[in-house]
Amino acid sequence: MEYIIIIISAVFVNNILLSQFLGVCPFLGVSNRSSTAIGMSGAVMFVMALATLCTWLLHYCVLVPLGIEFMQTVGFILVIAALVQMVEIILKKVSPALYQALGIFLPLITTNCAVLGVAILVVNKEFTFPGASHYLNLAQSVVIATAYAAGFGLAMILFAGIREQLDLVEVPASFRGTPIALITAGIMAMAFMGFAGIV
Amino acid sequence: MIKQITNGIIKENPTFVLVLGMCPTLGTTTSALNGMGMGLATLFVLVLSNMAISAVAAHIPGKVRIPAYIVIIAAFVTVLQLLMQAYTPALYETLGLFIPLIVVNCIVLGRAEAFAARNPLAASACDGLGIGLGFTLSLTLVGAVRELLGSGALFGLPIVAGGGITIFVLAPGAFIVLGFLMVLFNKISRSRQ
Amino acid sequence: MAKASTLTNMTVTLGAIAFLASAMLSAVFVFTAEPIRKVAAAKVDRAIGDVLPPFDNSPAIEMTETKIDGRTLRLYPARKDSRPVGIAVETSTGGGFGGEIRLMVGFLPDGRIYKTAVLSHAETPGLGDKIDARRSTFSLQFEGKDPATFNLAVRQDGGDVDAITAATISSRAFCDAVERAKKVIRN
Repeated sequence: MEYIIIIISAVFVNNILLSQFLGVCPFLGVSNRSSTAIGMSGAVMFVMALATLCTWLLHYCVLVPLGIEFMQTVGFILVIAALVQMVEIILKKVSPALYQALGIFLPLITTNCAVLGVAILVVNKEFTFPGASHYLNLAQSVVIATAYAAGFGLAMILFAGIREQLDLVEVPASFRGTPIALITAGIMAMAFMGFAGIV
Repeated sequence: MIKQITNGIIKENPTFVLVLGMCPTLGTTTSALNGMGMGLATLFVLVLSNMAISAVAAHIPGKVRIPAYIVIIAAFVTVLQLLMQAYTPALYETLGLFIPLIVVNCIVLGRAEAFAARNPLAASACDGLGIGLGFTLSLTLVGAVRELLGSGALFGLPIVAGGGITIFVLAPGAFIVLGFLMVLFNKISRSRQ
Repeated sequence: MAKASTLTNMTVTLGAIAFLASAMLSAVFVFTAEPIRKVAAAKVDRAIGDVLPPFDNSPAIEMTETKIDGRTLRLYPARKDSRPVGIAVETSTGGGFGGEIRLMVGFLPDGRIYKTAVLSHAETPGLGDKIDARRSTFSLQFEGKDPATFNLAVRQDGGDVDAITAATISSRAFCDAVERAKKVIRN
């Protein structure tokens, strides 16, 4: 039950894109077509879960015992960059099909602020399971990271669907491209605000 | 030199023309001062990392270029984090997560790759300054509009009695205000041509 | 322009950059450690001053810690002319909409709440951040109330506190933190 509440809150209420503004660049950049949006979401979910696993371990097994938490930013981004490279290499060898689907998105993910953002969020912020609040343990961290990634995917895929429809309508010249996408995202964010009532 | 600075403010404005660094642009502009603080924080990192990368780029082997740049940028971001905690704690708390996220701001790595790596030190510093100022101005503008509409104030000074329309300081307002400002920017640059 | 990449020069360059970066960071860390500590201390001192009547001792030095509900609360006793004027309690809750909320609550010797101050929070701007006295009058309703007769819960939960419109979760969390401070004072 606790996990369900935390998942719903991460996917809908605190949607990483529409209420926390993390990962907006790929959101606007590769959401023109549903197929690319799905690919990007898959890649982000995969990397985000893995990255959170590694950075959680780095934080609690290296940085905290050594008392050098101030190295967090440097350490985390290095781990993520290395991880993305490794995933790319391994995927190419092990599953060419999956690499075909996700490969082109992987290099973009290092600088996707959602990945680093969630990694930092998960170790720095106290989360509340009904009852007590505490820092997350490893399993909870990975679950919540995956849930955030699912929220990212949901927003991304819905948005791509809307943008495909937008291509078919006559948009005033000055609104074309990013401006109308932003305004659409604003309306979606409003809709997502409605979820605040359910948790 | 001057050209490099103005270039970043208007012709290559990172927010309205290049559409980069959207996350902090949306996430921190709940007021004009917050937007300005975020812009200046990014400016600090941009100038220093541009200078450092311009100085060492020639000695870095091609294949480890990106990781090397990321380490340099992350180091300056951490310096900024520590300095802000010490001297501007209130702003540091408000901007929160978005300060460490300067590391992955596409503007910073983008300028390192596109400009600093192939230009001399002074020019790179000016480029960082220009782009940083452009970013600061855009964020201040977005912040000012949202603050005026959302809280009825400007730079913390109340202007409209009775506050504003709260939705503009919330998430949807960020997207909508930025969208309409971009429309305005497009309109102006169109009519100029 | 970029040099050819060999394993040696890649390792050496990255190692050198990482070393220089760490050296720079350590230097800045040592240099800023003292100011950062002072900022935190000054913030606590200011909050104590905000929530209690005038005093002439230094409550931060006489601070004691108590554990309750798995949280650590700090008690700062304040005196004037060696007579107690109140106790400031640094309390917290994890129930906020954006995570943890930390408060300073000042209690008078008779058990009444003198004033409250928000130390840190991550509530939504425009809604939950109204728990801060600079944003709305919400927190003022606690002033002068005696927790023995004033039920520290929002009206929706059967208490005496008027919640902030559209920010019941933040209001509830605020009450939770004050309630915890009260429990400590009672013991």
